[in-house]
Amino acid sequence: MNRKSTNSTLKGEALTAQQLYIKKHHKHHHFVTILRLLVLVLFLAIWEFSGRLGLIDTFFFSSPCMVVTFFIEMLRDGSFFTHTGITLLETLISFLLITIISILSATLLWHSKTLSEIIEPFLVVLNSLPKSALAPLFIVWLGTGINTIIVAGISVAIFGSVINLYTGFKSVDSEKLKLIQTLGGNRFDAFLKVVLPSSIPTILSNMKVNIGLALVGVIIGEFLAARRGLGYLIIYGSQVFQLNMVITSIIILCVIAMGLYQCIQWTEHYYKKRA
Amino acid sequence: MNQPVLECKNICFSYHNLKGETKALTNISFQVNRGEFLAIVGPSGCGKSTLLSIIAGLLKPESGEVLLNEKEQGHIGYMLQQDHLLEWRTIWKNILLGPEINKTLTREKEALAGKLLEDYGLSKFKDKKPSELSGGMKQRAALIRTMVMEPGLLLLDEPFSALDYQTRLSVSADIGKIIRASGITAILITHDLSEAISLSDRVLVLSKRPARIKNSIPIQLTLKDSSPLAARNAPEFQDIFNLLWKEISDEYRGD
Repeated sequence: MNRKSTNSTLKGEALTAQQLYIKKHHKHHHFVTILRLLVLVLFLAIWEFSGRLGLIDTFFFSSPCMVVTFFIEMLRDGSFFTHTGITLLETLISFLLITIISILSATLLWHSKTLSEIIEPFLVVLNSLPKSALAPLFIVWLGTGINTIIVAGISVAIFGSVINLYTGFKSVDSEKLKLIQTLGGNRFDAFLKVVLPSSIPTILSNMKVNIGLALVGVIIGEFLAARRGLGYLIIYGSQVFQLNMVITSIIILCVIAMGLYQCIQWTEHYYKKRA
Repeated sequence: MNQPVLECKNICFSYHNLKGETKALTNISFQVNRGEFLAIVGPSGCGKSTLLSIIAGLLKPESGEVLLNEKEQGHIGYMLQQDHLLEWRTIWKNILLGPEINKTLTREKEALAGKLLEDYGLSKFKDKKPSELSGGMKQRAALIRTMVMEPGLLLLDEPFSALDYQTRLSVSADIGKIIRASGITAILITHDLSEAISLSDRVLVLSKRPARIKNSIPIQLTLKDSSPLAARNAPEFQDIFNLLWKEISDEYRGD
């Protein structure tokens, strides 16, 4: 009887210890979330009130209230949708083309060792070049329009992406390639059955980098050669001293960048769960 | 029984790099008869795996030739040191990789694969991923992947070397029994002399690099028909082991 009661207390204690741990974990998690929000609110409050108290000039620095007013204005006249839509479209097309072209090129380089040896120094040089330097060239060649901007978006990410994917393809265990050979398969089988499936994590992490870079390239392109898009709004706003426009556009860009990154993150998560 | 399945004639092979030439094999000649289980032992790095790759047709010999009986042509099974099961495929998908690549995936193949899974005690793990299996089970799954191709000649390249000692004993005994029961011709490369004696009908001893055939020792144990584990208790076992040990250590002495 006595013994039984000891047992149950022991069990009770063990449970509480686990519960305590979980509680502590949640508490910490909430604490971090609350502090994050607090930092954001504090920043906005200081920004707003230093404007109202005349510590900063809202003509140059805008203010949260002015940004919100401007944003509502953009929603009302529909300019939000045209500008955000076009930037988003250009980014997605660039990203898609980067993904397709870089997978195909890396496959070709993997297939021919000689070709990869020939091309490698060129890739390295092009990759280390600051790609924004190329944008003026694209304008001369392609005019001002969506094509130039998409090409600018592609140019920022493509070389690094090819190099990364090719390195990923090359690092596949050569014994696994030998296995395919012993089963009577050729190099094409080896690529389809071993190289490509084992490189999916590399491809996904590469896509995460590329979506951000595509956005960078598109904004650079819009700075120089657009009449629409968030990049255009930022440049135009700064030229006519409409800082509300600039800051609102930057905030929309932040949200877009986060959203696009999240989308790939979800794809990756879904893939990991399935595998 | 005495019909040769494979004949190697004066095989020579060298590896080349900018620093020079490394001779791996010199004048290797031997025959393997139908149904025979041949073991090849030799000092490490002597070119045993190279020889197997040449027999499998993955490498071309510099001179000499490999003659295969017509029946066995294109029907060579090869088992590598590691299981190399593909992690993103289930065990079932892994063992059907060969037929999938050769586009010979038929009902009969699937039935054969199912039967082999049953025989090797893996049918419960059919839909599992390789990482959920123990080392021994993975090696058996790799054997099924090879056997599904219905090879006439089976090449085993130290297939047990990645396993821990306990698993190694039981898996090599299992796989030895399976190969004996199927009557398939097999060539096993190993550096474990006991393994060679307990599994094979004949042991070829290779010298150190550049390898040549040093000796060919037939194994006739009085316990032959029982399991490979029991074979280790045969009265002749120790004598053959000592003989092989002497042959191999002579090679190391030269260094």
